[in-house]
Amino acid sequence: MGELALRLDAVSKAFGGLRAVDGVALAVRPGERRALIGPNGAGKTTLFNLISGELPVTSGAIRLFERDVTRVAPHRRAALGLARTFQITNLFPTLTVLENCLLAVQALTPVKFSMLRPLAAYHALEERAREALAAVGLADRAAAVVRNLSHGEQRQLEIALALAGRPRVLLLDEPTAGLSPAESHLMADLLQRLDPAITVLIIEHDMDIALEIAQHVTVLHYGRVIADGPREEIKANPLVREIYLGA
Amino acid sequence: MSRRVAGVGLIVLLAAAVAPVLPAYPLTLLTQAFIVAILAMSLDVLLGYTGLPSLGHAAYFGVAAYAVAILATERQAGFATCLVVGIVAAAVTAAAFGLIAIRAAGTYFLMITLALGMVVWGLAFRWVSLTKGDNGISGVPRPELGLPWSLWGPLPFFYFSLVTAVLAWVLMGLLVVSPFGMSLKGIRESESRMRILGYNVWLHKYLSFVISGTFAGLAGVLWAYYNGFVSPVDVQLVTSVETLLMVALGGPGTLAGPAVGAALIVFLKNFVSVYTKRWLLILGAVYIGVILFAPRGLAGAFRGQRH
Repeated sequence: MGELALRLDAVSKAFGGLRAVDGVALAVRPGERRALIGPNGAGKTTLFNLISGELPVTSGAIRLFERDVTRVAPHRRAALGLARTFQITNLFPTLTVLENCLLAVQALTPVKFSMLRPLAAYHALEERAREALAAVGLADRAAAVVRNLSHGEQRQLEIALALAGRPRVLLLDEPTAGLSPAESHLMADLLQRLDPAITVLIIEHDMDIALEIAQHVTVLHYGRVIADGPREEIKANPLVREIYLGA
Repeated sequence: MSRRVAGVGLIVLLAAAVAPVLPAYPLTLLTQAFIVAILAMSLDVLLGYTGLPSLGHAAYFGVAAYAVAILATERQAGFATCLVVGIVAAAVTAAAFGLIAIRAAGTYFLMITLALGMVVWGLAFRWVSLTKGDNGISGVPRPELGLPWSLWGPLPFFYFSLVTAVLAWVLMGLLVVSPFGMSLKGIRESESRMRILGYNVWLHKYLSFVISGTFAGLAGVLWAYYNGFVSPVDVQLVTSVETLLMVALGGPGTLAGPAVGAALIVFLKNFVSVYTKRWLLILGAVYIGVILFAPRGLAGAFRGQRH
């Protein structure tokens, strides 16, 4: 099986008496596309917050490329190759699209501490930022201020920011949230084109898109993993059909 | 950006050109405006760029001013010593206060910086053996720089302050367009996104806090020489509040805006206080006016929406 990109052992998160994530185990191989599905309140986003380090775990262990990161700060996890997007768009609204991307590009370089030279003088950074924008189809919007972008464009920029740091593991939290069917398809195409070397964990409510992108599916319900397997198996699983697919 | 640089250049040249023909009183006010502009710009780095509203900025300004006053009067220290010790004292104070304040955000940050500012004021007021308490330290001599003109003259001192302010503006201006400055803007907009991108948000805020305090210290050094007198009034809460108002009035996140705001407040304060003692009432009215009619300050009102 070799090295795992991401491994969770009995990870739990309790908010007071509520166990939002309850003993979750997960093993994701490098380059795998894994969908994380489950009804509202199943603990999917909380699990992402634990993996990215936004929230501390109550118990359990998280390993990134076999390295224990359970108590590692979020910015250090990013340095180890972890990136994520947010379900509720989380960008820098008064900055331009290019500036947003530059922040993502310089994040993992020592340049971010440079104080006496204008950012505009770092041409290599700008080139990388423009590449990341081109990859999501926002190249011609580089000069626009983010709060003036359409919702769909903001969702694209979310992806661009996550990709700009050249991550090895990418967590996508409902990339199609709030998108029209047409926009969702564009997003799905975009996600299909991601570098196959990147390990992708995706939370997605649109089953068609989730199953199109991921070969492997993990189902969460009330914070627990109730099914885990290849997509055909999950689609056929009667328990999953009952609680999630509603069939 | 380049238009703003041109605008600032024009104002500075204009001030430099009219200074020789100005009567003594407006000239000292203009000098004061340039010194206080450094203080306002330093707070803007923290408030306008990093999104941290400090109500204790008089502390770093005051610590530097006291350091200069004590060294220059009791030790007859030279300019270089006073400048370095004053700025370092402000930086060290900011470095210590930052450790406490940066843990908090929003209103809590405001309250902690206010409390820390009050500590400095308390020391200035009560540590009589060092600060002479309420009497303040008077007779701070202007420095000898080995120039052909003595800084005792109002005009040379004006140019000295102007050059220092322009230098501070250039340095801070470079800072805010640097990669580090961009990261401060990112923190202002979304800390959680910055963390996920790989920024140690605490460290960036802390550095911004210390840099801001250091420039406030530079203003404090000039202030001690300008006034020749340092007292607890310089470190009291009203000084911090006025600085915050200068930034709000001028337009946070523009540097040049707060500098103009500083000049406006200095002139307004001195002209209004000729007619009434209720200066703070006018200040309050100006503040309400800005919030109502120009929430992004004068710079924001003139620039309009950014597209």
